[in-house]
Amino acid sequence: MITVLLAIFIPFIAACLIPFIHKVLTGRRIGWFVITIPLFLFILLIRLVPSLSDGASYLYSFSWIPSADVYFSTHLDGLSMIFALLITGIGSLVVLYSIYYLSEREAIGRFYTYLLLFMGAMLGVVLSDNLIVLYVFWELTSISSFLLIAFWSHRKQSRYGAKKSMLITVTGGIFMLAGFLILYTITGTFNLQELISMREVIAADSLFIPAMLLVLIGAFTKSAQFPFHIWLPDAMEAPTPVSAYLHSATMVKAGIYLVARFTPIFAGHATWFYVVSCVGLLTMLWGSVNAVKQTDLKALLAFSTVSQLGMIMSLLGIGSLAFASSESTQIALFTAATFAALFHLINHSTFKGSLFMVVGILDHELGTRNIKRLGGLATIMPITFTIALIGSFSMAGLPPFNGFLSKELFFEAMLSLKEANLLSVDSLVLLFPIIAWVGSVFTFIYCMIIVFQTFFGKVHAPAPGQRPAREAPIQMLISPMVLGSLVVLIFIFPNLLGTYILGPAMNAVYPQFEGMHGLVPEIHVWHGWEMPIFMTIGVIILGVLLYGLLRYWKWIYSVGFLQWTLDRLYNAWLQRIERVASIVTKTYMTGSVRDYIAYIMLLFIGLVGIGLLGFQQFIFDFSNDAVIEINESIIIFVMMCSSVAILFAKSRITAIILNGVLGYSIAILFVVFRAPDLALTQIIVETVTTVLFLLCFYYLPEWKNEHKSISMRVRNGLIAAASGVSVTVIALLVQGHSLYPSISIYYETASRLAGGLNVVNTILGDFRAFDTMLEVLVLFIAGLGVYSLVKLRRKKGVDHTEEK
Amino acid sequence: MKKNDVILQTVTRIVFFIILTFGVELFISGHNNPGGGFIGGLVLSSAFVLLYLVYGIETVHRGTPFDFKRVAALGVLLAVSTGMLSLLFGESFLSQTTWLVDLPVFGETELGTMTIFEAGVALTVLGVVVTIILGISEDVE
Repeated sequence: MITVLLAIFIPFIAACLIPFIHKVLTGRRIGWFVITIPLFLFILLIRLVPSLSDGASYLYSFSWIPSADVYFSTHLDGLSMIFALLITGIGSLVVLYSIYYLSEREAIGRFYTYLLLFMGAMLGVVLSDNLIVLYVFWELTSISSFLLIAFWSHRKQSRYGAKKSMLITVTGGIFMLAGFLILYTITGTFNLQELISMREVIAADSLFIPAMLLVLIGAFTKSAQFPFHIWLPDAMEAPTPVSAYLHSATMVKAGIYLVARFTPIFAGHATWFYVVSCVGLLTMLWGSVNAVKQTDLKALLAFSTVSQLGMIMSLLGIGSLAFASSESTQIALFTAATFAALFHLINHSTFKGSLFMVVGILDHELGTRNIKRLGGLATIMPITFTIALIGSFSMAGLPPFNGFLSKELFFEAMLSLKEANLLSVDSLVLLFPIIAWVGSVFTFIYCMIIVFQTFFGKVHAPAPGQRPAREAPIQMLISPMVLGSLVVLIFIFPNLLGTYILGPAMNAVYPQFEGMHGLVPEIHVWHGWEMPIFMTIGVIILGVLLYGLLRYWKWIYSVGFLQWTLDRLYNAWLQRIERVASIVTKTYMTGSVRDYIAYIMLLFIGLVGIGLLGFQQFIFDFSNDAVIEINESIIIFVMMCSSVAILFAKSRITAIILNGVLGYSIAILFVVFRAPDLALTQIIVETVTTVLFLLCFYYLPEWKNEHKSISMRVRNGLIAAASGVSVTVIALLVQGHSLYPSISIYYETASRLAGGLNVVNTILGDFRAFDTMLEVLVLFIAGLGVYSLVKLRRKKGVDHTEEK
Repeated sequence: MKKNDVILQTVTRIVFFIILTFGVELFISGHNNPGGGFIGGLVLSSAFVLLYLVYGIETVHRGTPFDFKRVAALGVLLAVSTGMLSLLFGESFLSQTTWLVDLPVFGETELGTMTIFEAGVALTVLGVVVTIILGISEDVE
């Protein structure tokens, strides 16, 4: 399916092109080039929506590393579609917004390169069907978001936030990879669709729970679930368009995607339900409670994102109960929870995206995001105010905005738990609606803070360095306006979204109930005097009350344990790791090459020597050996003499020449044994290295006999002797062993298979071309390393700070 | 280390091209005879090292209008991109192919994508070796 491949690769190609295009399209104009990419992909994807709602899905696969079962497979189904549309749709709006947000003085080209890299990686995550490919893209999102968060790298906080987010999400990713590998050992496939079809096999395996938990850790770290949420508030140091994109619409939702994607595989087990829904609910409560105490608007939004992600997560947890149900009424009840999760996912992206952009506008126009410095902006910035009102009220779950609909579904799902008489759901679960309700009350409070403390009250006189308030330019308002109108539109036509976008996604999450009636519930704005609506009214009453009395109970937050305890733990841990690492490094990095060689040799002796002693299979078989000719003995004798003589050399030039003798003798030995290729290489390498030696010859320190202590000499001698003995023993052992059949027959056909008569080169260039390619790469990196080390040393040498 | 060494300079003028030719010859014959990308690249770089030794870095820099770091980068790019090329034809990464072509002067000649790959290897080796040697000798000067 070419569309899907295009969707993944176009952002990457464009990212590579930006440095070149940026020379032509300077300044802001580069943004207009960038915006075409997500827009084009969005149109490309949305054209497929009707066919997806007819039940089609696009699976495409081509071979990447077939020997490791890694196929570059992509799969576009309803679930991927939701995310792909969010990534490209909100991506376009964010780019449009950023064109006016970023000043011309910023490194705009770099910004868009990172943004496109991120977009491509994110599309790769949601579209790939192979777990390894998914993992590669997953970590790529971590890396590109690291670059984006640290975009203003001159700020210490930016660097701190970027490092934190990367450490946490990458660590989670590695756990996830371990989970994937376990799944592979169980099923023998990396392909998601095959894994889903083998869910019974997976569920029966003893490694089922570890695999599930490992995958969940990956999802939780990415989606900033408790206790991994601590990176999200610090990631807010990124430029606001990035926050709007990464932390409302895309990156943090990757974890949600993963949970939804793996629901068919893992759900049906009580552990999945408990872990996902409890962590989700806890995150929701924790995030909303903490959001209220924030004074920075962006930090407030960060915590609210944490909370909302928790809410979606808990809904997915409840949705998984459908897998354990048998009655159709119960199935309908629990699938409705997943439906609510996906619905709220879209709603959250719309209103949170618009809110982030509003905060960005405030920051851009006023130079502050501090609530205490804001106030009375409703009349000065009417459009911004309207958008903020729509976004916040939607987040608070009030009509006539889309958040109301998903909030009602959320309450309904929570209440539906008491109907569950399965999976030994105990009384603990009855607490769920209460926690959800309390979380919603706090959600309501912080939404009111955004609206009323920013836009009402008295206008603050601008502080020094702060501009007087005025409405933002219309270009900056377009993107949040589009999102704000979506918030209202979705409220009016929710079922359109349900049929075309959410329906196919539900089929992807519940493959076994496919085509079942009731998988896509009808959304009603008015659903009767039921419990959810009473809960909402309760939220409003208590919320208004608490918001009014906020200053009387806000002191609660200064109570110790509500402070950043987890953050402190993280910082302390990081510091300790750094300290230990530096102590360890300083002990063994002596700066003496001789010591490093000793380490290498010791490791070698340790691994090989102990291994050999462990197996105790010293079989020496010389029966098949050829007779050693006299000329071979002479060459070996010369080699031995020259190597021993190096030890007693009185001057450096003698040593270099003796070393050359050793090298050329080896070359002659190769000639004798009819390996002209090796001989040629040996001679040339020897020549070049000798030239190198001679080049530095003048500048090396005086060659003097070092007077080392006896114990040191004995130690070095022992290491040298031991490594020599190990090599010799191995060489002799290899003679007598033939564990595997000889592969030389394979290479006898080299001329037919690779079209070349020189076996060495056909091996290097064809049979083992991958090795050669990587070696070339290593050589290149080593060359760059040497070059930059030399340059760097010289720069430091100018002020001689290193010597002093 | 610029010195006025007439004999060395005169000899180098001729030998440089002999070494270059030898390097290219080694590279091309590598498919059927001893040689190949790695050795070819090393020989080529030894020719440049000789030039630098005899004429001094500044003089040679004026004569060679390319940066050896870029040569190395180009080599890596070539080696990796030939691997990618096979993906376009639905083959697995790094698959090589050969054609027998009847060329006017050379007669029936075998052309293969492996030559491009080897050229990448040779350029990388050339670039890296000269970069390292130049880096060190520039540093000590």
